Amino acid sequence: MTTMPMVRALNAGLKQAMADDAKVLLMGEDVGALGGVFRVTEGLQAEFGDQRVLDTPLAESGIVGAAIGLALRGYRPVCEIQFDGFVYPAFDQITSQLAKITNRHQGRLSMPIVIRIPYGGHIGAVEHHQESPETLFAHTAGLRVVSPSTPNDAYWMIQQSIASNDPVVFFEPKGRYWPKGEVDLARPALDLHASRVVRTGTDATLIGYGPMVSVLLAAAEVAAEEGRSLEVVDVRSLSPIDWQPIVASVEKTGRAIVAHEASGFLGLGAEIAATVTERAFYSLEAPVLRVTGFDIPFPPARLEKLHLPDADRVLDAVDRAFAY
Amino acid sequence: MADSPAVSVLDEHGAFRPTAAAEPYADRAASVTTEQKLRFLTDMVETRAFDVAAANLQRQGHLALWVSSWGQEAAQVGSARATRPQDTVFPAYREHAVGMIRGLDPLAIVRLLRGVAHGTWDPAESGNFQHYCLVLGSQTLHATGFAMGVQFDGATATGDPERDEAVIVYLGDGATSQGDSNEALVFAASYRTPQVFFIQNNHWAISVPVERQSRVPLAQRASGFGMPGVRIDGNDVLAAYAVTGSMLDAARSGEGPGLIEALTYRIGGHSSSDDPTKYRAEEELQRWALLDPILRLRRHLEVEGVGAEVFDGIDARAADLAADVRRRTLELTEPPVASMFEHVYAEPHPLMDEQLRWLQDYEASFGGDR
Repeated sequence: MTTMPMVRALNAGLKQAMADDAKVLLMGEDVGALGGVFRVTEGLQAEFGDQRVLDTPLAESGIVGAAIGLALRGYRPVCEIQFDGFVYPAFDQITSQLAKITNRHQGRLSMPIVIRIPYGGHIGAVEHHQESPETLFAHTAGLRVVSPSTPNDAYWMIQQSIASNDPVVFFEPKGRYWPKGEVDLARPALDLHASRVVRTGTDATLIGYGPMVSVLLAAAEVAAEEGRSLEVVDVRSLSPIDWQPIVASVEKTGRAIVAHEASGFLGLGAEIAATVTERAFYSLEAPVLRVTGFDIPFPPARLEKLHLPDADRVLDAVDRAFAY
Repeated sequence: MADSPAVSVLDEHGAFRPTAAAEPYADRAASVTTEQKLRFLTDMVETRAFDVAAANLQRQGHLALWVSSWGQEAAQVGSARATRPQDTVFPAYREHAVGMIRGLDPLAIVRLLRGVAHGTWDPAESGNFQHYCLVLGSQTLHATGFAMGVQFDGATATGDPERDEAVIVYLGDGATSQGDSNEALVFAASYRTPQVFFIQNNHWAISVPVERQSRVPLAQRASGFGMPGVRIDGNDVLAAYAVTGSMLDAARSGEGPGLIEALTYRIGGHSSSDDPTKYRAEEELQRWALLDPILRLRRHLEVEGVGAEVFDGIDARAADLAADVRRRTLELTEPPVASMFEHVYAEPHPLMDEQLRWLQDYEASFGGDR
């Protein structure tokens, strides 16, 4: 066990993956000498050279499209999209090409590409720098979508994503880049696509992923002081979703609250609420409730606190769930 | 745009008369043997016969769509015959001649446009002829990334043209306006990829004339990206062969990428769903029909003394190929239901298993045997 922030855990995970497989390449804007605007790739170009860590021209579609060509050649590119709101120029290459090529080739080849996207709020940034577009990718067949919530998961999930023969969109909760956490460098705790109960409880289940998990844990802590025992599930993998731990938890508690920073309308919460309702209907004491960002463009920095779900809003939803 | 000089070696009557712009390529064009020219003619005649057969199959309801290459055979055959076996080809979606020259069974193209699968051939077993790409310009970036990989592998610019690899990517005049095409040119120039961008300027992007895409000859755009650009008479198979061969060999020897604009014409509609009479003049079509690339090479070979019986033999073999494609198309069976789910992911995925099982059970509940 060692302790480090997520940004260092990702760096260590990338470094390990590059050392393990010479076909692994990093590519993106400013990922070389600068080490990325968040320093996730710091020191890697110096260690592996500029043919393994590529400072590309400033063009997101170009980055992903060229990565597809490199994957056709046998490489395993890891693309960094500098900020969540900059992924849309690459959306066509990701959804129309990357997601569909394995299917087009009828399994004769695969597309082992990872698209890393720092996402979400809490950093007080300007427009296009705090978005949560995960649903757009989770809705696209052919992609896998994951999001770690801790340094340990970040270290292992980035390596597991690179080892996957399918394209993985890897959402990094940039608001959680710097808090430290324990990392077990010896072995991974879980499969890439497993969801996990991160706090046990008996009265209601809180479900979230990425940046929301620490908020849910804080809410559960407050609730415990008030005499309510809340279970927290970290979804971890947004596509596919590992339903068993989620459904089992709701069957036990009878109440479920799903939370995410992304807008509520057609968000992951809607899918989770629908599936939990289908699979655990007779256990439910209340409808599955959602706590999400509003259905607005991500607000200016001075207003972001009102937009992002916090522990109080989660607990408000818990109260409503108990009012049924 | 017509005032930009184009490389041409066969004039419209088939006489060997290189233009001034063709000077750097004249030796290469002159060294093409009669036997090679007959091979080129065979390629073009077979492609056209296949094209007609496939269009008929579409009209008869056997294909979902057909995209014709009629009129563009010289650009495709000349450029494809200039590739080497180790090269990799990224087509757009009407490069039927290129695919066949690289070793693709034309039935694979029929199966694609019939709607049997979204990808019906294995590039590794089809002369490195990659899949058709229906979102315009997307393939240019794939080609550039692939060419970057060729470089990283050290598989090019070793000084051995028999082994050094190069990449050629096809796009049309319309696709040159796409962001991806421009990003591919930026990346290619930046990394000096071993790559040729081959633009077939067939003058029409469905109903929109090339003048709407560009105020300058497309070949001129290359210099702005930092690579050579050459405009050729795309209905002259020898010009296409000589210029593409020259540029591919430069690319494979480490001189970086280049761009070719082949002036040609889409004699048919954009696809079987198109009606070109709504947007272009009959006189324009007739003018280009007189510049037919097959006719031009045949006239040239006649002057070289090739007899009528040789042409008759080529025509007969092309008719056989078309008949064979038609026969095999009519024998095609429906794709298996499981093929919708089996390859969406390379690794096991719970939703795929669940949904395939559900669909099979649902279908079976009606007593069907699929």
